[in-house]
Amino acid sequence: MSTPLIETIHTSKIFEVRKGLLGVKRHIRAVDDVSLNIQENEIVALVGESGCGKSTLGRLMLALLKPDEGQVKFRDKDIWSLKGEEFKEFRRSAQLIPQDPYSTLNPMKKVISALYPQLLKYKIASNRSEARKMSAELLEMVGLSPPEDFLNRYPCRLSGGQMQRISIARALSVKPSFIVADEAVSMLDASLRIEILDILLNLRKKFSTAYLFITHDLAIARYFAAGERIAIMYLGNIVEVGDTEEVIQNPMHPYTKALIMSVPVPDPKLAKERGLPPLRSLEIPSLVELPSGCKFHTRCPYAEKICEEKMPELREVKNRLVACHLY
Amino acid sequence: MEGKTKRSIVGIMLSAVRAWIYEPLTLLATDKRAVAGFLIVLFYVGLAVIGPMVVPLDLTPNLERAYLPPSLEHPLGTDPWGRDIFAQLVHGAPDMLVVAFLAGLVTVLIGTVVGIFSGYSGGTVDLIVMTITDIVLTIPGFPLLMVIAAFLIGSGIEVNIFMAAALLSITSWAGLARAVRSQILSIKKEPYIEVSQTLGLGKLHIIFSEIMPNILPYIVMNLILSMIGALYSYVGLMALGLLPYRPGNWGAMMHMAMAVSGTVTGVGSWYVLAPAAAVTILQIGLVLFSNGVDKIFNPRLREK
Repeated sequence: MSTPLIETIHTSKIFEVRKGLLGVKRHIRAVDDVSLNIQENEIVALVGESGCGKSTLGRLMLALLKPDEGQVKFRDKDIWSLKGEEFKEFRRSAQLIPQDPYSTLNPMKKVISALYPQLLKYKIASNRSEARKMSAELLEMVGLSPPEDFLNRYPCRLSGGQMQRISIARALSVKPSFIVADEAVSMLDASLRIEILDILLNLRKKFSTAYLFITHDLAIARYFAAGERIAIMYLGNIVEVGDTEEVIQNPMHPYTKALIMSVPVPDPKLAKERGLPPLRSLEIPSLVELPSGCKFHTRCPYAEKICEEKMPELREVKNRLVACHLY
Repeated sequence: MEGKTKRSIVGIMLSAVRAWIYEPLTLLATDKRAVAGFLIVLFYVGLAVIGPMVVPLDLTPNLERAYLPPSLEHPLGTDPWGRDIFAQLVHGAPDMLVVAFLAGLVTVLIGTVVGIFSGYSGGTVDLIVMTITDIVLTIPGFPLLMVIAAFLIGSGIEVNIFMAAALLSITSWAGLARAVRSQILSIKKEPYIEVSQTLGLGKLHIIFSEIMPNILPYIVMNLILSMIGALYSYVGLMALGLLPYRPGNWGAMMHMAMAVSGTVTGVGSWYVLAPAAAVTILQIGLVLFSNGVDKIFNPRLREK
């Protein structure tokens, strides 16, 4: 494999929480020893239930959060050791598309002010009128036309779908090589989702951008990362990484199996046939008091003695990475 | 808009007038109370600017004309020394407005800077700054002002309007600083701030271009409310005789009225009522006007 565009190397992020007035400080390992790499022009879908650390991992990769352990490398350089021009280049190269379209734009500022400051900062446009022209082109690119209608609007006069398109235009305005799309379509109407996903996929062809596509929806991940990779996350750990279609068709990690089982199927017969012994518990363990050994053993139908004692490492099994003692 | 790279100076000025004067006024016009307040404030400003040039002030005592009721010659009657009350009010107006505005400005400036600094820095800096702010908050403002004013008079230092303004904002910034800080705390977690960060737009851009527009309506509103507070304190200190006498000052007029017991006998009631009414009506105007401010600055409240 060539040098990845961006990779985390045994990266952990620990948050401190204090319970009660005089409570003891506790630590939450939101991201726990995660090693994940993304190649140039690659899509990696990151799937997991809410609170499992997906967004935290995304923010670590964007240098919005500093890892407490391990490293995040961009083109083989630790992003926290970058200085001056190099860091500026990283800031231009890695962008975010946040989840909630309604808070992704500054409510007090016109649409154009979400686009032109960065065009001027990175000298993509040499003056204001050129920046304005480019902003209009960006809006047209994400399907907002005529763009002049939108440039001078305030976000309160836009729909959720329109805001998300502008959010995409803003992320692409600096021609990044890597984008973290954090649940970018989960708050949109189902009818709009595919449309927005297609815009992202089409623009990827044009700009060859790599994506970390964070979602809790397997169907969306399957559509967006078709032919690419998927990573399954559970309580701060990556438990399975592999080709999207292979992982979904033939999940290996019990958690992945459970996750795929949980997707409702319209045919009850078919649903029964998919067969997986029921989970031992439906309760997600507390992040503050994580189970020993494999974090999934409290719920895993296949759990054995070793699962309670030893944390399984991510190992290569049949063309994919799985963290489970079964393999 | 393409092609119009070079605009004439006149064009820029016209669009500036449109953006900063015409559009805010049309937005203001949708709120009747705000319009009323605006007109009252405008009247006072006119009074302060033009009044002293038109109405002559004669402070020579003429006891024959003392305590005259309102008439055409003396619209608000005369004081115990036979001087025109209206003329005194008019000549006191610039002083009142300038001190109120300056004090409001200083209050808002300190409050905003401290609030933004504390909220944006977070952590230990936030803790220290907010502890100091809390201590200032617990100090009773007016009594402290009385003590300082009395001290200034006693030490013979000449109190100019800038000192008066600084004095009046000595404790009033704390409440605003706390409010601004809490707003910053919630705004700085908004996704659009995160995106500005990943775009590498820098702290100054984030504070002035992203956060500021969000708290600006609140700050302007507080500017007006601080002016109201400062005006009361200023009149109060003057009425208690704790600041050096300034002829025509509304508070000083009340002080003189009380000194000659116009308040008790009722003979000189015009002398005490006129400045009191002048202050009250100005305050009402400011309060009403402040209602319209939010509408001007907040695009979500605009209806088109």
